[in-house]
Amino acid sequence: MGLPLFPPGDDPGPSFSALLRRSGAPFDPSQPSDRIPATAAQHRTGAAPAVAHGTTVVALRFADGVVMAGDRRATEGNVIAHRAMEKVFPADRHSAVAIAGAAGPAVEMVKLFQTQLEHYEKVEGVALSLEGKANQLGQMVREHLPMAMQGLVVVPLYAGFDVRRGLGRIFTYDVTGGHFEEADHAATGSGGRDARTTIKLGWRPDLGRDEAIELAVRALYEAADEDAATGGPDLVRQIFPLVATVTVSGYERVTDAEVAERFSSLVERRAIGRGIAGGGP
Amino acid sequence: MTMPFYVAPEQVMKDRAEYAQKGIARGRSLVACEYDDGILIVAENPSRSLHKVSEIYDRIAFAGVGKYNEFDQLRVAGVRHADTKGFAFSREDVDARSLANLYAQFLGQVFTHEMKPLEVEILVAELGGDGRPDQLYHIAYEGTITDEDRFAVLGGETDVITERFAGSFEEGWGLDGALRAAIAALAGPDRTLGPADLEVAVLSRANGRRAFQRLGHEELAERLAEPKRGGRGGRSGQASSSDSSNSAST
Repeated sequence: MGLPLFPPGDDPGPSFSALLRRSGAPFDPSQPSDRIPATAAQHRTGAAPAVAHGTTVVALRFADGVVMAGDRRATEGNVIAHRAMEKVFPADRHSAVAIAGAAGPAVEMVKLFQTQLEHYEKVEGVALSLEGKANQLGQMVREHLPMAMQGLVVVPLYAGFDVRRGLGRIFTYDVTGGHFEEADHAATGSGGRDARTTIKLGWRPDLGRDEAIELAVRALYEAADEDAATGGPDLVRQIFPLVATVTVSGYERVTDAEVAERFSSLVERRAIGRGIAGGGP
Repeated sequence: MTMPFYVAPEQVMKDRAEYAQKGIARGRSLVACEYDDGILIVAENPSRSLHKVSEIYDRIAFAGVGKYNEFDQLRVAGVRHADTKGFAFSREDVDARSLANLYAQFLGQVFTHEMKPLEVEILVAELGGDGRPDQLYHIAYEGTITDEDRFAVLGGETDVITERFAGSFEEGWGLDGALRAAIAALAGPDRTLGPADLEVAVLSRANGRRAFQRLGHEELAERLAEPKRGGRGGRSGQASSSDSSNSAST
């Protein structure tokens, strides 16, 4: 690997994915054609492809920023592939990205996205705006469309603290890379529907940090209750969903102990109510 | 057909070296040194946005003196190299040594084969950790690479600045002490340099994954105004006399 220098008229600029394309790197993720075996196309009509799938991930705004949370289960068809997979990642200092869909390409997309944001910041000397970052992620999802058509769908959820406007913002995506800003909260993945309903019922504009985390935890619990591909709290192995906050001071993962404590007390309350969720906090 | 003049290779090299040295000496100098919590880089630079010191990777910083467009091109190439390598392999596989070697090869190549040598001197600094020591690689315009011990001085008048700085250097000193000594060494006895004349950045072990951090003018003024804050290494009386003249100017 020599020093990557380019003539001024042919410079890839501050984009890392453009740099990968320009330097013809063998690991360029935007060139999917030779990376998927032809047989993957067969999955389109038949059974679900044998790749790890998710998931329920949620994001909601609160007074100081956003809370993002995701379950830890990855499945291959009806088999649990991983019990402790992490689906919420720091994208940079002031934003977080969560993934739903085919696990392999999704994690790779996150890695590319993280590198892209940091690369831009270092080359240009300033960080992208939150809108710019959300747009970048949209372009990555769009570039992934050929693989999505073959069954390897990746749908991210993006949330961050907009330091210029001083508030938390949430963006959702579809498979074509279209991205939409959500006003208050969002959920995606196979259990997203159940999670969304729970959040919708409990959300208020001025939630505090603890209330927001509690609501996210409850949404994931309800999603796991209804959706087979979403993992609930694993009390035996002590594996709990991953919760993170993004505020003006940056991305912060909520400690495992705090998440464990919240889930344990939720399970306890449910047990007393004999599993009846309705109306209970 | 015209025959090109014969010029002895010694003469060609000498002329090129002289040309590059002149270009570098026109610019302002830079001091980098180790302190108890990392590496400090102080450059004399009145511009707030055209940086001489920048981040390359998690634990690697870049600093250049001489012609801005030339060393900035090298900086961007370094960021590209490091990010590509970290993406293809792993973040911990990115190291300053291989980057410094690439820079040295490139500068050497340009010096011998191109009409005009690059009028730059660059520094690649890497924060140690896990048993590895801090590294300061100083690469000259003709591709000479030096593994500097404890501190490095780049730019014109390096001899004078090195002498001044070596006199006040202390092993394991704090950030404030190092900062004052570096500024005093850059300024010399006849000048004082305030925060507005300086660009300061650190690679600090306290910063987590991305160790690089700029010290803004406000923070710099604060640090220079408060006497001895965080100067854990302790300072000698001789050096602190030049400190007081500096803080008076801020």
